[in-house]
Formats: sequence, C-alpha cells, structure tokens
Amino acid sequence: MSALRVLVGCKRVIDYAVRVRVKPDKTGVFTDGVKHSMNPFDEIAMEEAIRMKEKKLASEIIVVSCGPIQCQETLRTALAMGGDRAIHVQVDGKEYEGLQPFHVSKILAKIAQEEKVDLLILGKQAIDDDCNQTGQMTAAILDWPQATFASKVEIDNGSLKVLREIDGGLENIKVKLPAVVTTDLRLNEPRYATLPNIMKAKKKPLTTKKPSDYAVDISPRQEVLSVEDPPVREAGQKVESVEQLVQKLRDAGLIVS
Amino acid sequence: MAATLSRVGNIAAKLLKSHVYISNQCRFIGDSWINGSCIDPTLGLSDEQKQIQKVAIDFARNEMYPNMARWDQEEIFPLDVLQKAAGLGFGAVYCREKYGGTGLSRMDASIIFEALSQGCTSTTAYISIHNMCVWMIDEFGNDELRQKWIPQLATMEKLASYCLTEPDHGSDAANLTTSAKQKGDHFIINGAKAFISGGQDTDMNLVMCRTGEKGPKGISCILVEKGSPGLSFGKKEKKIGWNSQPTRAVIFDNCKVPVSNLVGQLGDGFKIAMRGLNGGRVNIASCSLGAAQSSLELARDHVKVRKQFGKHLEHFQHLQFKLAEMATKLVVSRNMVRMAATALDKNWPEKVSLCSMAKYFATEECFKICNQALQIHGGYGYLKDYAVQQYMRDSRVHEILEGTNEIMRVLISRDLLEDRKYS
Ligand SMILES: Cc1cc2nc3c(=O)[nH]c(=O)nc-3n(C[C@H](O)[C@H](O)[C@H](O)COP(=O)(O)OP(=O)(O)OC[C@H]3O[C@@H](n4cnc5c(N)ncnc54)[C@H](O)[C@@H]3O)c2cc1C
Repeated sequence: MSALRVLVGCKRVIDYAVRVRVKPDKTGVFTDGVKHSMNPFDEIAMEEAIRMKEKKLASEIIVVSCGPIQCQETLRTALAMGGDRAIHVQVDGKEYEGLQPFHVSKILAKIAQEEKVDLLILGKQAIDDDCNQTGQMTAAILDWPQATFASKVEIDNGSLKVLREIDGGLENIKVKLPAVVTTDLRLNEPRYATLPNIMKAKKKPLTTKKPSDYAVDISPRQEVLSVEDPPVREAGQKVESVEQLVQKLRDAGLIVS
Repeated sequence: MAATLSRVGNIAAKLLKSHVYISNQCRFIGDSWINGSCIDPTLGLSDEQKQIQKVAIDFARNEMYPNMARWDQEEIFPLDVLQKAAGLGFGAVYCREKYGGTGLSRMDASIIFEALSQGCTSTTAYISIHNMCVWMIDEFGNDELRQKWIPQLATMEKLASYCLTEPDHGSDAANLTTSAKQKGDHFIINGAKAFISGGQDTDMNLVMCRTGEKGPKGISCILVEKGSPGLSFGKKEKKIGWNSQPTRAVIFDNCKVPVSNLVGQLGDGFKIAMRGLNGGRVNIASCSLGAAQSSLELARDHVKVRKQFGKHLEHFQHLQFKLAEMATKLVVSRNMVRMAATALDKNWPEKVSLCSMAKYFATEECFKICNQALQIHGGYGYLKDYAVQQYMRDSRVHEILEGTNEIMRVLISRDLLEDRKYS
C-alpha cells in the first residue's frame, strides 16, 4: 500500500494551566484575553502523524481547525510541528458557541472525502468541553472503522493494529483503512516546534473555508441553559482513630456496613 | 465510569505535559492570568514572535522551571537541557543560517531570553553568553573558523566562553595585560582572565589579548580551544546566584594556539569584544525581565492567598500600589530593552548608548522588582522553598557584569557630552 494521506484535527482550547472562570451571566466561561493552546490530545495526534511521515508511511499531513480566526495560530503551530498544509473552517461568535461535535464531525467527514485521506487522527476529546464524541461521530458519518483511545498504532499492510486504552485495561484491535483513530495520553510525547520550522511554517499553505463550503448546516441542535462553577469544596473533619473514620464513612453510606 | 476515567486522563495529561512538581507552587507562573493583563509580554508582538515566544515559554515551563531550585542548590550545569534547547534553535539565535545559526533578529532573541529566564534565569544567562560568542565568530571570524565552530556551537555540543575581564582590569578592560606573542605560526599567550562564565566546562574561549600597543587598539581576539597546551583554570567560585553555571579564572601559561585562531584582524579585539557586548547587554537585560516577570507573578499570587489582620494582603492599599509600581517599571524596562534590540536590528548609530540604557535601567529596576516581590512574601520570601529568592539572587549580578551599570552611565553620558567614538 502506498503512503497514507493523513488528516489531523487541531482544536484551539483554553490552555490547560488556566483557571477557568464562569461568566457572571452563566452563559459560558471567559475566553477573551485568556491563554489558548492546541488541545493536548491533538498535539499527540499531530506527533503521531509526523512520526508516520518520518517513517515514510504517510505522504501528506493536512491539519484542520474549526473556529474563530485565532484558530490560525493553532494551525501555524501544527504546521511548525510538521504539518504540510492547513484548512481553517471559520466559525465566529455566537455560531462558534453553538458549534457541537455533531457539526464538526460532519465538516471533518466532508474534508476527509474531498481530500481523499486514508487516515483521520483526532484527539480522544478536547480539554474544554470534554465531549469525547467527534472521532466516533466522524467515523459513523463516513462509515469507516474507528479505533478510539489509541495507545499504540502500527500500520500493517492496509490495516492498522491499534492498542486501545479501555476501562478494563488494554485491548488490541485491527481496523481496515481508511479509518478514524483517536489518541490517548500515552500514545507519544509531542515535540516542540523548532524555531526554523516556525519560520518555514509561515510559507506553508493555509486555506480558509466556511461550513457552507462543505454544505454543513451549523445551526445549533442544543441550547446551553446555564454554566455553573463546580460546588466549592467544604471543609473536612479530623478524626481521632481508624475506628472513628470507618464509622463516619459508614454513617455517610460510603462503605457497606 | 468513563467520565471519571476521562477526567483522570485529563489531569494526568496536564501532569505529564508539564512534569509539574506538586509543591507550594503547583502551577507554572503566569499561565492563569497574565494573558490579557497589562504585564502580558506578548503585547505588541507579531504572530510569528508570539509563536517563538510560546515555544520558549513551553520549554521554560516543562524543561527548566521544575529543575531550577535543584540546579541552584546542587550547582548543576544542565548540559542535557542546554542541548535540548539548542535543538529548538536557541543555541545561535541571531547567527546566519548559512553556518547553522537560526537567523532570527535581536528582538526575537530578547523575547526568547526573557521567556526562558522565567524557567531559570541563571541557565538562560549562560545560554545568552554562548549566543553572544557564536555571533562574534559568525560576524568576525573567517570562513574556516565559522565552518569549524558554528555548527557544533549552534547545537551546543560545544560550548563557548567570553574572556575579557582580568583580575586587575575589570571596568578598565581596555588596559588589559594578558599578552599574545606571535612565534611562527602560533601565538604564545600569558596572563589570566577572571570571572569567566562557563570556564573549564566549556570547549572554547574567546580571549581578548594584548598583541600590540597600549590601550584598546592593541588588543586582539583569539580563540583558545579547551585542551590547548598551557591552558588551566582556577577553582570554581562560590556565588550568591548564577549557581547553575560555573565561574572560574582562566589561566594562560605559555599557552600555544595556532595563528589561524585569530578572530578578525590583529588589533580588532576590543572592537569585537564591545560589539559582542552590545547584544550581550540586551540579552542580559532580557534575562532580568524574565526574572522580574516571574517574581511579580509570584507576589501577585501570594497576596491573593496570604491573610493578615483578617483579610487577604491584596486588600492593603500599600501593597496594591507596590504591585502597580512594579508592573509599570517592568513594562517600561521591557520597552527600553526592545527599543535597544530594535536599534541593533536596524543598526542605529545610537545603538551603543541605547543598549547601555537598556542594560542599566532594566537590570536595576528588575532587580528591585524581584527584591520587592520577596518583601511581599514576608518571611517565606527568604526561604529557599519559594522561587522568588532565586530570581532575586540570580538577577543581582546583571547589574555588575557585561559592563557594570556605572560603566553604562559612563557610556551614556559620553554619548551626550562627546563626539561619538564607538560603534
Ligand atoms: C558571576 C560573574 C560572571 C562573569 N562572567 C564574565 C565573563 O564570562 N567574561 C568576562 O570577561 N567577565 C565576566 N565577569 C566579570 C565582570 O564583567 C566584571 O566583574 C565587571 O566588568 C566589573 O569589573 P570588576 O569586577 O573588576 O570591578 P571594578 O572594575 O573593580 O569596579 C568596582 C566598582 O567601581 C565602579 N567603577 C569602576 N570604574 C568606574 C568609573 N570609571 N566610574 C564609575 N564607577 C566605576 C564599578 O562600576 C564597580 O561598582 C563576570 C562577573 C561575575 C560576577
């Protein structure tokens, strides 16, 4: 089988180290002037694609991001890491607030078909809304096999051998290409973009599209009623002995008596 | 179950990414609030500069910050991290790409050193000295020296030291006495250099030697490789800060060096040394910016959690005003440093005095910011468990080296009062 064409999804999210703050009107969280980065699981997806290309198993890496104009920064980072070209599907303001995995997966599926890719690598979830849906939905729309929560990926003659992280431990599966893979934490450790590659990334092609270019209707299917802070942790109690601790846990119904 | 697991995965992801140490400062300074605040170092930068800065910040927070206290206390010169940094292009930032440099501007370099310095000021300061030396070879060396040295210096497989100061000639460097006499196709060097950053642990020294008449015009710059016959080193100095890099005397006793190691022309040495230092001063001032930025962030965090007299410190107006002053002085310093970097990039004739202004102003104000941040921590600030004291200790020497801040004033006043001599 010839080298693969790989599509990687790169979402721009609030940086993992930022303390997220809920807006007073409870419509969402503050994003203006807040540090954003590439979703960490997408960095892992990028790294995996780049390693495939370095081993000559992949021929081209296309990176895509859906969202406001600032997503182009995220795409430039992906290009600096080693992507070949980028597609920015611009969605702004209110529309972006209502953008759901359902919409994004339709867009990704369309791009995958148009670009005739063999492999789509996405993060297993984005650390902002933690949906964990886009990869699965995209595979369903394309009617491609999916290998989610990948911890190891090997290309094997038109198929992928994937080691998955599942609740009970690890699972080995084999899927036929084309396929959708979503990355888990231990798949690899992403590289830093080097300064020379940041410079080169400026010259790599970045195309801007709209959802309508892919005939995807992004009208919201969900309405957010209220975004709330998690409950404040209450003060604990000190206990004198193990017996007292066990008694307290029993009283609270946390262990069976 | 799946939700809990993904949550766990999520937290694990954060830990894995930043190798965060669970300590009294369990997050990297700056990330949660700096963006969008008036001290945000990205303000006014181009998209590309922001990208460069982001790589440097990520590197500082993942590879340096978790180790900076240990490097300081155990006096570790972290060669592996230096080489990793060089792998991203930080080893020869403003050298031409032709021989292996990264080909960026002085402004880019300033942004990089400021960012890295937040992860460890002392280590970054050494990286900045190394960069200055590589540039001197790129700018003044012949092709042979460039081809031999720049590729291995850019990757930091080989490290460089800058040797100007002597025990009896510090500020008065133009009267240095270390002599180099030509004998056939070799120089024979005699004398000693003091306070050499990296001394003995580096692979090559750019040594300013007297080859001719008295004064600045009789000085030449000679590259002395480690292992040259007659080259030795003093004991490792014990220092207040800058403990992640060694400082030693470098001693020449009939030290024999091939004539082909001359950098530039005979008699050009002092000019070369000063041209190098223009950039060095912007770089070291940038390191001070990073130390001050981190210290201010730490102080800001501290006043939000520490309670006295029944309220958080942030509610005392005296401390609010202190923070406001620190923030303002930091931003003014940064503007001065970036203006000096621009002067070098554009080769303005005023560059010497602008670099001197940047060096004296930023290193002085930033040290005061670090010191004030320590004061705001109270007794905790004096403990080595808290990072703020290390930024204070590491940035103190920036007021002394690469030309003392008094000498900076000499240069600035000379620009005002006399006809310009140096460029
Ligand atoms: C940790 C460390 C690392 C260093 N690394 C290097 C290195 O890598 N390479 C290198 O070459 N050097 C290095 N130095 C040396 C440094 O550059 C010198 O210490 C500095 O230039 C001052 O020289 P000095 O110590 O001899 O002080 P002196 O010149 O003796 O000065 C003493 C004091 O008098 C003041 N003074 C002197 N002349 C005047 C004047 N005309 N007007 C007003 N005030 C004046 C000075 O500002 C200073 O406050 C390093 C120093 C330290 C501490």
